[in-house]
Amino acid sequence: MAEKRKHKKQCAEDAQKLSSWQQWRQSTRKYLRRMRDESEEWLNSLKLWRGDIHLIEGMFGTGILSYFSFLRFLVTLNFFIFLLMFGFVMLPIIIAPHASGNITFSYCSVYKSDSRRGLVNYHKYITDLLSGEGFLEQTYLFYGFYNVDKIHFSHITYNLALAYLLVTIGYLFLSLIWIVKRSAAGFKHNLIQDEDCFQSFCNKIFAGWDFCITSENAAKLKKKTLLYELKTDLEDEKIKQKIAERTHKEKCRLYFIRLILNLFVIGVLAACFYCIYLATIFSQKAQMNEQKVNFIVDLIYEYLPSIVITFANFITPVLFSFIINFEDYSPAFEIRFTLLRCVFMRLTSIVVLLFSVWSRITKCKDGPCICGYNHDLYPCWETHVGQEMYKLTIFDFIVIVSVTIFVEFPRKLLLRYSSSALAKWMSQQEFSIPQNVLEIVYGQTICWIGTFYCPLLPAICTLKYFFIFYIKKVSLIKNCRPATRPFRASSSNFFFLGVLLIGLTLASLTYTSFLYRINCSQACGPFVNYNTSWGVVPATVYQLPEGVKKLLLALSSEAFAVSCFVLTCLAMFYVIALAGAHKRVINELRHQLEMVGLLILYNNKVLFSPQREGVNHVK
Amino acid sequence: MGTTASQLSKESLSEYQELTFLTKQEILLAHKRFTELLEKHEKDQIDARVPMGKIITLPELKSNPFKERICRVFSTSEQKDGSLTFEDFLDLLSAFSDSATLEIKSHYAFRIFDFDDDGTLDCADLEKLVNCLTGETNDAKLSSTEMKQLISNILEESDIDKDGTVNLSEFQHVISRSPDFVSSFKIVL
Repeated sequence: MAEKRKHKKQCAEDAQKLSSWQQWRQSTRKYLRRMRDESEEWLNSLKLWRGDIHLIEGMFGTGILSYFSFLRFLVTLNFFIFLLMFGFVMLPIIIAPHASGNITFSYCSVYKSDSRRGLVNYHKYITDLLSGEGFLEQTYLFYGFYNVDKIHFSHITYNLALAYLLVTIGYLFLSLIWIVKRSAAGFKHNLIQDEDCFQSFCNKIFAGWDFCITSENAAKLKKKTLLYELKTDLEDEKIKQKIAERTHKEKCRLYFIRLILNLFVIGVLAACFYCIYLATIFSQKAQMNEQKVNFIVDLIYEYLPSIVITFANFITPVLFSFIINFEDYSPAFEIRFTLLRCVFMRLTSIVVLLFSVWSRITKCKDGPCICGYNHDLYPCWETHVGQEMYKLTIFDFIVIVSVTIFVEFPRKLLLRYSSSALAKWMSQQEFSIPQNVLEIVYGQTICWIGTFYCPLLPAICTLKYFFIFYIKKVSLIKNCRPATRPFRASSSNFFFLGVLLIGLTLASLTYTSFLYRINCSQACGPFVNYNTSWGVVPATVYQLPEGVKKLLLALSSEAFAVSCFVLTCLAMFYVIALAGAHKRVINELRHQLEMVGLLILYNNKVLFSPQREGVNHVK
Repeated sequence: MGTTASQLSKESLSEYQELTFLTKQEILLAHKRFTELLEKHEKDQIDARVPMGKIITLPELKSNPFKERICRVFSTSEQKDGSLTFEDFLDLLSAFSDSATLEIKSHYAFRIFDFDDDGTLDCADLEKLVNCLTGETNDAKLSSTEMKQLISNILEESDIDKDGTVNLSEFQHVISRSPDFVSSFKIVL
C-alpha cells in the first residue's frame, strides 16, 4: 500500500506539470471511469442468485459453478424473449379498442371450438392443463387465439401479423447475439491456441486451484480430482506413444471394430428415431379418436412421444459410454465423442417428432391437400404444434422433478441406512455436468421452436428454469457429489454455448421449413389473409413508399446476396492469413529467446570458467 | 496513515477505493471482518497487526493449501512472519478481486508459488507446488517418476529460454494463454 501511495504522489506531481487542458482531461477520464465502475457495481448487484452462486462456488469450485451460471443465463434470456413477445404481440391485443379479423369464410376456415360446455369432470381440467387442450386452447397461450390481422388505434394501424413474424425473427437474433457475445472470450482462446492447450499441464498446475473454495470437503475433493486428472494426463501421454507404435495389422483390426461399432450406434439411433416416429403417429391418431378410454390412459397417449424421447435419452448415454470402451480412443477424445453422440441423439429426437407431426399435417386422405394442409384433422395446425411443444416442456419439467425426488433421494437414503454390497456398488451418485447441461439445452431448444406456436412458452420456461435452479441446488448439496472426472470451467463454458448454438440453428431450420412450406391455417391466427406466414412481409413491403421499397427489394436481390457472400469470404481469408502470420512471428521470437538464453549460459560458462578466473585474479 | 479505528474515515475510504481494485462495499466488509480478528485492546490502534495464525482461520483461506504463502507474500512486517495490517489485507483482497488485471494476478501468483523466494520457479518449487495441489498424504502423492515426467512437461511448455527454471516473464506468458486462471484466482469475502 505504501508503494501505491508513493506512486500516486508521483503521478500527482507529474500531473501538476501538465497544462490545465490536459489536467482537466485527466480528471474527467477518472470521473468517467469511476461512474462506469459504480454502474457496473449496481448492475452486478441486480444479478439474480448472487448469494446462492457464491455458496455453490465455495462448496464445489468453478466447474459446477459454470453450470449454475449457465442456468441463470437461460432464465434471463427466456425472460427477455417473453418481454419481447408480450410487448409486441400480446399487449396490443389486450389494449386493442378495435381489432379487425377479416376472415374470408371457406371450407378451410371451419374451426370447431373445443371448449367444454356443461358439466365436466374435474379430471378433464387436469388433462386439459397438462395437454394444452380444452379450456387452454382458446387462450393467449396458443397461436390460434391471435385472430387479428391489424389493430386500429386512434391514429395508427398496428400490423399485428407483421409484428408477430418480426418478433419471432427478432428473438432468434437476440439469442444468437447474446450467446455469441457470451462465448466470445472462450472462443478467442480456442482459436488462437492449439487444441491441446486446454489440456496443458501448465494450465492445470498454475491455474488448477480454485481459490474461491471455502469448504474443507470441497478442498479435499478438489485435491483428489486434480490428482486423478494429472495421473490421467500422464497416462494419456503413454497411450499416445502406444498409439504411435501400433502395427499395421492392429490398426486394421481396430478400424474394423470401430466401423462395426459405429454402424451399431447408427442402428440404435435409427431404431430410437423410428420408435419416436411410431409413438407420435399413434399419439396423434389416439387424440383424433373421439372415444376417450380412461383419464390415465388418455394422458399416456397424449404424452407418448415425450415418454419415448425421455426413455431413449436415458438409455443411449449409458449405451454410448459402454461402447466407447471398445473403440480404444484416448480418454480426452472418448469424453468428447460420447458427448457428441448424446447431443446428436437429444436434438435429433425433437426433429423426428416435428417431422412426424409434419407428415400427419400434410398428408390428406385423397391425394394432395386442398388447403395445403389437412384441414379436417388439423383446422388450426399451428395450435396443434404448439400443444406438442407445450407437452414436451411440461413433461421435461415433471421428469426432472421426479428423478430428483424419486430416484436420487431414495438412493441417498439407501446408501445411508444400509451397508449392503448393493448399496456400496450404487455408491454416491455423481452430478454429471454434461448430462445436466444437455437436459437444459434440450428444454431451451423446445422453447425456441415452440415460441411461435405458443407465445407464452418463454414465460413457462423462465419459471421452469427458475425452479430447476433450486431443485438442482438442493439435490447437489444433499445428494450428489461432483464428478471425479473434472470439467474445466473454461472449456465447459465453450461447450455449453456451442451446444446451445446447435439447438438455436435447429430451431431456425424448423421455422424456415415449417413456415415456408406449409400454408398457414385459414381458420385461426393472424396470417389468415396470407398464403404462408412469410407472405405478410412482401405484402407490407409493396405498401411502403417508393424509395424504401426499392431499397428493400435491392437488399433482398440475388446480386446483393452474392456480393455480400464474396466480401465475407474475402474478409475471412484476410483474417486467417493474418492469424497465420502472427503465429509465425511468435515462433520466430521464441527461437530468438532460446538463442539468447543459450548465449547467456555460454557466456557465463566462458567468463567464469576456472582458467579465466586465474587470469582475472592476476589482473 | 493507515487506520484500524472502529470506523473507517471517509477520506481513507475514498483513498483505498482509488488505490485498490475494491469497491466501497467490499472495503467496508473487509474492514468489518478484519476488526473481528483483532484483540479488544488492538481495535483502536492504528496499524495493528494480525498474526498469521489468526488470518488463516478466515473461512476463505482455511481450506487453501497456499494460505501460509499468501500471508507471507502480502505481509509487510520486518520479521517476515506473515502478519498482516489492514492495508496488507486490502492489498490481498485487491489482488484477488474480480477487477484485478491479469498482470497483477500473475505477478502475485508467481510470488506465491515461489516457495524459496529466489525469484524463479525451479524444480523444487514446482515439486512443492504439485504436492500442495494434490495433498500431502502418501497415497495422494504422485510417484517420483510421475513427478519427474510432470515437471519436465511443465518446463517444456513454459521454459522458453531453456534454463531449467521459470522466471516471471515466462510465467506471465504461459498464464496469459491459460483460460482458467482468471476465474480460479479469485477470493471474494
